[in-house]
Order: sequence, then C-alpha cells, then structure tokens
Amino acid sequence: MGRFILRRLLVAIPTLIAISFVMYAILALAPIDPLAQFALDPRVPPEVRENVRRSLGLDQPWPIRYAKWLTSLAQGNFGISFMTRSSVSDLIWQRLPNTLAVVGVAYLVGVLIGLPAGILSAIRRNTVVDRVISLSAYAGFSVPTFFTGILLIIIFSIKLRWFTFIYDSRLEVTDLQTLWLQIRQSIMPITVLALFDAAVLTRYVRASMLENLPLDYVRTAHAKGLRERFVVLRHVLRNSLIPVVTLIALGVPAVFGGAIVTEQIFRVPGIGELLVTSIGTGDTPVVAAVVIIFAVLVVGFNLIADVLYAVLDPRIKYT
Amino acid sequence: MAAAEQELPKIAASVAARPARSLWRDAWFTFTRDRLAVTGLVVLTIMVLGALVGPYLWTQPATAIDFTIALKGPSLEHPFGTDDLGRDMLARVLFGGRISIAVGITAVVLAVTLGTAIGAFAGYFGRLDNPLMRLTDLFLSLPVLPVLLVLIYLFRESLQRSLGSEIGTFVMIVGVIGVLNWMAVARLVRAEFLSLKRRDFVEAARCTGARDGRIISRHILPNSLSPVLVAATIGVGGAVITESTLSFLGLGFPPDVPSLGRLLFDATNYLDFAPHFAIFPGLAIFLIVLAINFIGDGLRDALDPRRKI
Repeated sequence: MGRFILRRLLVAIPTLIAISFVMYAILALAPIDPLAQFALDPRVPPEVRENVRRSLGLDQPWPIRYAKWLTSLAQGNFGISFMTRSSVSDLIWQRLPNTLAVVGVAYLVGVLIGLPAGILSAIRRNTVVDRVISLSAYAGFSVPTFFTGILLIIIFSIKLRWFTFIYDSRLEVTDLQTLWLQIRQSIMPITVLALFDAAVLTRYVRASMLENLPLDYVRTAHAKGLRERFVVLRHVLRNSLIPVVTLIALGVPAVFGGAIVTEQIFRVPGIGELLVTSIGTGDTPVVAAVVIIFAVLVVGFNLIADVLYAVLDPRIKYT
Repeated sequence: MAAAEQELPKIAASVAARPARSLWRDAWFTFTRDRLAVTGLVVLTIMVLGALVGPYLWTQPATAIDFTIALKGPSLEHPFGTDDLGRDMLARVLFGGRISIAVGITAVVLAVTLGTAIGAFAGYFGRLDNPLMRLTDLFLSLPVLPVLLVLIYLFRESLQRSLGSEIGTFVMIVGVIGVLNWMAVARLVRAEFLSLKRRDFVEAARCTGARDGRIISRHILPNSLSPVLVAATIGVGGAVITESTLSFLGLGFPPDVPSLGRLLFDATNYLDFAPHFAIFPGLAIFLIVLAINFIGDGLRDALDPRRKI
C-alpha cells in the first residue's frame, strides 16, 4: 500500500511541475505588464520604476525567474504580493482553511444526500421515488452554482430574513454564540456546493448500481438467502462505487470551480475569492500561487481517489 | 407447428416490405420513445427559436434606456420587468440567449475538433499514443476555472484591442473554453479508434491500398461518431454554464453585450428590491442546460447499442 501511494506521488510531482511551468510561461509571455498600474502613476520617476522592477526580479529573463520561483516554492516561499506587499504564503494560509472547510463540509453533506438517494433511486427503478430523485438530480446539476446561490439569497436572506448573505470573516469562534453565528453564515455557501455535489453523485451512483443489479453475483447472493439490505449495501454498492470513485476524481476541478463562484457570491474569504480579487488588481505573484494551490488540490484529490479505488477494488494490486 | 410454418413467409414478406432501417433511424426511433429527451428537444427548440427569431417578434429594443421605469417588476408592457437602466428584460434575455447559445455551440465545435484530432492520432498511431495521452492527463488535472480566469485576464486586453470588444471577447471566451474542454472527447475517440483499427473492415480497406488519412477519415471516424455526438451535446450545456460563470465573475462579456451570465452579474446588486432582474436570466440558463442534458442522455441511450438489451 505504501509503495503504491509512493509511486502515484512520484507521478503527481512531474504533473505539478509541468502545470506550474505552463502557468508561469503563460503569465510571463502574456502581453500584460505586471507593473502596468504602477507604471502609469506619473509621480513615480523612471529610475525608481526600474529599481522596483529589479527588486522584484522582473529584469531577468523568465526561464531564470521560473527556476528561482520554483526553488523558493519548493521551500514554501510563494514570493511577495505586488499589491499588499505582504508574503503570498501568509495570504494563502489565511484563506485556504476557509475554502477547504466549505468544500469539505459541502462534499460530506453531498455524499450524505447523494449516496442514499442514488441507491434508493436504483433499487426502486421506474417508481415515483426514482422519478422524483432522478429529476431533482438532473435539475441539481443543470442549475449553475451562481444561480443556486442567488436563489438562496433571494429566498432565505431577503424574503425570509433567516440568514445574512455577507460572510463576516472577522468572526472568531470563541463560545457557543459565535459558533452558532459561524454555522448560520456558513449554511448557504455550503448548501450551494452540497446540492451540486449531491446531484452529480446521485446520478453516478444510480447509473452504476443499475449496471450491477442485474448481474449474476447479485442473483447468487439473493439465492443464498441473504437479506435484501445486505445484498444491496455489501455486494452491489461496493462494486458500484468503483467507477463512481473515478468519476468523482474527474469531477474534482469542477468542485473547486464551484467553490470559486460560491466564495464570490457570499464573500467567503477563501482562495477562490483571493484569485478573483488578485486578477482584478493584476497581482501576478498571488495569481500564480493560487493557481498552483488549486493544481495541488486537484492532483492531491485525484491521488486520494486513486488510493480509494485501490482500496475498493481488490483486483488492483498495490505494487 | 405447421401453422407457424405457413405464417413464416408472410412475416418474412412483411419484414422485407418494411423500409430499411439505418442506425440513425433506429436511434431516432429510440430517442422519440424517451419522454424526457423529447421534452428537452421541444424546450430547447423553443428557446433557440426564441433567441433567433424572438428579437424580431418582440420589437422592444434591448438597449433603450429609460430611468423612469428602472427596476420595475414584470408587467404587461415588460413581461420580464426592467433592469437598473430601465431596459426591457425580455428583449435582453432573448438577446442574451442568442449570445450564450452561440458561445456554447462554437466552443464545443472547437473542443470536439481538437479532441477528435488528438484522440484519432493517439488511437491510430501507436507511437503518438503515450505522449498524447500524457498531455490529456495533464490537461485533465488542470484546475479549469482558475486557468480560464487567468487566461482571460492575461489576453483580454490585447484581443479586444485587435478585434474589437465584442468579437474579441467572443473569440477569447470560445477559444479558452474550447482549449480546456477537449479531453473527454479525445479519450472517447482514442478508445473507439483502438478497438476499431483492428477490425476486419479496416484491414480490408488497407488491402485495397487506402492510405492512413483515408482510413482514419472515411472508415474509422464515421464509426466512432456516436459517443462524440453525445459528449458534444452535453458539452454545449457545460460551455453555456462556463460562459455564464465567467461573465458572472466579471471576466466575460463587457456590460454592453448582455450574455445571460452578464445579466445575472448586473443583477446581483439589486437582489433585495428587484429579484426578477436575476431570476429570468438565471431561469433561461437553467432551462437551456437542463434541456440539453435531457437530450444528451436520450441520445446516449439511443446511440449506444450496448444498452439495447
């Protein structure tokens, strides 16, 4: 098992380096000057501008800059933000927990809804239950996350006045009351993502279960007199989850894409919001770092999915 | 038994008299039996017709500014209400639908062309398989939305300067969506090519002296089109969502080009007293994507012979 994970890690690292190289090359070759706004300021004399360029290392050719950037990246140093003049890694460490918390809890809720719904839908195929669940799942992944968010705001913040729709990032959880406030302000962003995750998962689980249910091993299990619940949960579900895990891994970029949108709607101070803000202000070091973080997250979760795949499917050898 | 034998020639005659059924006719037959798929097709046809013909029938201009009626709810005169500048929302949604559908289809055409080319080369030429599939894996592990945002941020200005703000944005959005969404098609096409290139009919074509290019384009490709068609259909829905997401994040179309996502983005500041401003464009996106997904699933059931048991 350890060796299997190690081997997959060894594949993941070149992927990440390739992504970082491509990203850096695009950023460096793009027809945009990272100091454009700075350069437009007439109060800054040209020699100061040159000094700033040199102090930020922008006078060197980009392959050298890339090599330096990658070396410091490997030591956990993401450079300095052009705009806030603070270290990029500080900015990211402040915000990453928010993103991971929202995405993680949403995924958990999504699994808790999607898995039972998919199973139920498959074993009650072509009944009213199945129709309702399938239609809801269709609707759930056809509605863009930003529209779900807006609908939730209109219904729950404006009409019913249950939740505020601006996320207060200064809120610190110290006692039960602030914890309750934290939960209240997290409910809507999490719901948006959880509904999407649940809808996708329901469809995958249902389709995969339906492929397994008519197979011979299921009939054998029934014939041995096993109870229905046991057959479905132990035999069919386990085999059905194998392809589902792969599909989930392929959907990881979409999950983080949804997180960017959700953070933007509800002003959750996560790295997605940081990315959109930094793009707006042209803060290239932050943009590069956040994209790399997203790439690490996507590759990392793909790795987890691969390991899960191996755990679920005994035919796959860990070697 | 004897009676059945007498019946046989009659059945044979009736079968022979039936019009020949091709794969596509068969697929159409299965497709029309799928209620959801047909509903999707009807809804999508109405929406596309609305976007194409609607602006001629609903003659209120999408750009006439009238502050006295700004942010009014739905009424007979303005069935979808008005926006923050008093422009008619129905006209703007019709126009926005046109842009969103155009972006969706063009982006998918680009993605499918790229994906088919890469998948075909990888599947047909063994030497290219490994490098091309590594490339596909690399693209699959890209965080798509962040990369899209960065590409647009970097290239927006220069493209808008050289092609004009509307065409420049269109080319850019279609380009980046296409370039980041070909991977699924490439994998499908490669898988089809791998299994088809060993078949006897390909061998036969080669024996008659057909060159690689002809075998690929005339023999293997037409036989691997069904999964591509399904992926392309569902891809249009995905591209519509991606375009509106970009516009919603403020990195899509400029304010004077009302794509559906742009309309939603403009509406977010007025959610408290003009919810209709956000709901109608959002519903339009939702209906387009839902209809496309129904059609895509219906097509998959109709075109995949393995599912016909």
